[in-house]
Amino acid sequence: MLSVPTLRRVAILGGSRIPFARSNTAYADLSNQDMLSAAIQGLVDRFGLHGERLGEVAAGAVLKHARDINLTRESVLSTTLSHDTPAYDVQQACGTGLETAILVANKIALGQIDVGIAGGVDTTSDAPVALNEQFRKALMRANRGRTTIAKLRALSAIRPGMVFKPELPRNAEVRTGLSMGAHCELMAKRWNIGQQDQDALTVASHRNLASAYDRGQFNDLVIPFRGLTRDNNLRPDISLDKISKMKPVFDRQHGTLTAANSTPLTDGAAVVLLASEEWARAHDLPVLAYLRTGETAAVDFVDGDEGLLMAPAFAVPRMLAKAGLALQDFDFYEIHEAFAAQVLCTLKAWEDETYVRERLHLDTPPGAIDRARLNVNGGSLATGHPFAATGGRILASLAKMIDQRGSGRGLISICAAGGQGVVAIVEK
Amino acid sequence: MRSADQYLSFTNSGFGKWVTGSLGLPQPVQLARRQAGKPDLRQPVLMGTGAGGRLTEPLAALFRSANLVSLYHSENDVWREAARRHEIMTARYTAETSGKVGALLFDATGIEDAIGLESLYRFFHETVRSVGTNGRIVVFGTTPEDAGSTEAAAIQRGLEGFTRSLGKELHRAIAVQLVYVRPGAEAAIESTTRFFLSSGAAYVSGQVVRIAKPVAKAVEYDPGKPQAGRTVLVTGASRGIGAAIADLFARDGAHVVALDIPPAAAELDAIAERLGGSALPLDITAPDAAEAILSDAKRRGGYDVVVHNAGITRDKTIAKMDAGRWDSVMDVNLFAPLRITEALLSGGGLRKNGRVVCVSSLSGIAGNMGQTNYALSKAGLIGAVQRLAPEAAKSGITINAVAPGFIETQMTAAIPFAIREAGRRMNAMSQGGLPIDVAEAIGWFASPGSGGVNGQTVRVCGQSLLGA
Ligand SMILES: NC(=O)c1ccc[n+]([C@@H]2O[C@H](COP(=O)([O-])OP(=O)(O)OC[C@H]3O[C@@H](n4cnc5c(N)ncnc54)[C@H](O)[C@@H]3O)[C@@H](O)[C@H]2O)c1
Repeated sequence: MLSVPTLRRVAILGGSRIPFARSNTAYADLSNQDMLSAAIQGLVDRFGLHGERLGEVAAGAVLKHARDINLTRESVLSTTLSHDTPAYDVQQACGTGLETAILVANKIALGQIDVGIAGGVDTTSDAPVALNEQFRKALMRANRGRTTIAKLRALSAIRPGMVFKPELPRNAEVRTGLSMGAHCELMAKRWNIGQQDQDALTVASHRNLASAYDRGQFNDLVIPFRGLTRDNNLRPDISLDKISKMKPVFDRQHGTLTAANSTPLTDGAAVVLLASEEWARAHDLPVLAYLRTGETAAVDFVDGDEGLLMAPAFAVPRMLAKAGLALQDFDFYEIHEAFAAQVLCTLKAWEDETYVRERLHLDTPPGAIDRARLNVNGGSLATGHPFAATGGRILASLAKMIDQRGSGRGLISICAAGGQGVVAIVEK
Repeated sequence: MRSADQYLSFTNSGFGKWVTGSLGLPQPVQLARRQAGKPDLRQPVLMGTGAGGRLTEPLAALFRSANLVSLYHSENDVWREAARRHEIMTARYTAETSGKVGALLFDATGIEDAIGLESLYRFFHETVRSVGTNGRIVVFGTTPEDAGSTEAAAIQRGLEGFTRSLGKELHRAIAVQLVYVRPGAEAAIESTTRFFLSSGAAYVSGQVVRIAKPVAKAVEYDPGKPQAGRTVLVTGASRGIGAAIADLFARDGAHVVALDIPPAAAELDAIAERLGGSALPLDITAPDAAEAILSDAKRRGGYDVVVHNAGITRDKTIAKMDAGRWDSVMDVNLFAPLRITEALLSGGGLRKNGRVVCVSSLSGIAGNMGQTNYALSKAGLIGAVQRLAPEAAKSGITINAVAPGFIETQMTAAIPFAIREAGRRMNAMSQGGLPIDVAEAIGWFASPGSGGVNGQTVRVCGQSLLGA
């Protein structure tokens, strides 16, 4: 069906996000739509896009209410973008933000659209609370009842216990029943990652983020919102001493994952502006960097014995092979810190010959990276992680870093629920 | 040294808030003062710009260097563009999404007619409710005498009435100021803007300040340690406000020369040791005092700052006042500072970009029963400052005065309860100030960046109901 023209380079022009807030704090009374609209409006204001019709806006959320069926489109309608701009929702767990950017980028590359916005949003403060399943079924039966008697009979089946036992969404894998933290705890044990190393990565994340804010690094990426000017999970005065005393939370006896070296539940939204070079030129907007390619992998953590968050370990070498690059060919590594242990497991896996041979089916391991290039302006441990917003945050931030350097190449790696991983290459 | 304001603590307790609220009594808010390690400048700052405003560039430069976060009123495309050019964090202000803001700044320097004035009305009408507790408001105007027309001059002068009324409308410890900027002095606004956005200005409100071209070439300095490498003489430094001034200058990096009467030598020594400064026990009314101070200055390569803080009260109604009360107050409060300043200025005891700051008093502005002597001496300092300013400017030196209102010290603790209570509450903040509040204002005058502020008197009075 598609007639494929020559591919166009996809330019990253900038980003906009609201400061991320720990669950039930600054944004406790806000909806996904409120936050996504604010992030998009910030981008529109920054780039003077009022009344412009864009090719599309694609975004998503991991935790969505039933009323959010058209979340992104409704958000667009709350901004000063032309209301003729189409929009759609995407959802791929924590990979949502980056996957969305890849989708929009692909359309730009193919010439189907010239410009688009990609991003994501999540709130754990305004999470959808489902009715107790029996209660819900009784209500549905009553609704279907043709006569009043039939309706009343259905309703009479309701017991008080049903009403007061709502089903809260859980950060747990559907098929294993284990929380994501418990899964990551298993990975940390499998790869022998100690708490000290996890804590060191955590401290670096906070220090790097604090100093980036102090330098004004995010001044054109973050917009003040609801009284916040920085992510409120950030602890500039964090120390190894303080966090090393914290108790493990997922395996209280033998665990190493603590509340500090795991990301907290977070609310926030982030979007990026992607365009063809021609569009950027016509609008007099400088190109920060180009989104070269992306790759998504999934692993069998249910029947196989792979770790839930190990998919990026597969996705990256696959992408590198196609791009003809080595793991060491990057100036920046942006590895999403769902848990400090997740990052460290992935890095260790790439250096492990047996694992690489047996699982990745490669002769030589991708090898080690220069750790001084890892998450240099902070990562999710410090920033927080509103699931679908993380991809947009990282993509815009990395593009700016490459622009500041003049040229260079960056790797993005994001692990996601369901044993998935989305990765990408940004360069200029 | 503070005599505890128990009413302030009471109204800030849950029960006290309820009681005072139900009775319609004043509900003072605890003023947020500077704390080491805590951010000092209020933000985010919501920016408004009237047509033709001259301060966009210097303000943007300040925002960038201080890494301040801004918001802009939806009509303010000028600031949106400037923020983008200078890489300042910013977003459009809306009542729903922006949350509480730390400060409002409005550049009214270009307003010349009724239409322009409407933007001022709209800005404040739509945003003033968003200012948080302990917030700051600064309106910038053009000196009326430099305005281009009668209408423009009237509007610019009118801003005084506007800001003073605003200060009286807002509670919750929000301080409001008007800063007049002379044409050509745009680059000199930084230290003043910083001060009025800072915790330091907690008890300064309803003030009008004029900024002219700096008296000396601008120098680089660290806003975190503005007095580093400078030598500062503080008179009356052994206790009260003087001790707080000495503390502040030491905090800001200065070498402090602490002066007080010889009987206070022990306290002085302790202060000098604590601050790593020097003690100078001397009665400023002694015949050779000016000479002694000048030679101390010369030994140190000149002072950078002199603060005339020593002062006394000898209250009596004029009919009952003996000549001794009259003379001693004149000598300590007025003539000694004049002699010393004269000697330092003519004898080369002050270095370039030097500062003289006199501690006047609200009594000198508003007058006070039983204080004819004191009020004359303190109003006299205001006159001296005005007269000396242009002369001092020739040597690259500024001379200014602070006029404290009710400050919690031993001096005010001695006032009978009922009068003291009235004195405390009769201002927009419904409370007395602390010695540190006076010291902070002096620190701003004394900053190496304040060369454009000369010949002025600023009150530290929580916008007292007394005086203009
Ligand atoms: N406390 C207030 O509410 C208030 C209000 C307005 C103005 N002021 C002014 O602030 C200044 C400081 O006031 P304070 O409340 O700290 O008073 P204070 O009496 O506590 O301190 C004044 C200091 O000046 C010193 N001093 C007096 N005569 C001197 C002399 N001849 N030579 C050297 N030192 C001398 C004293 O020994 C004392 O240490 C004074 O000028 C005062 O008039 C105070």
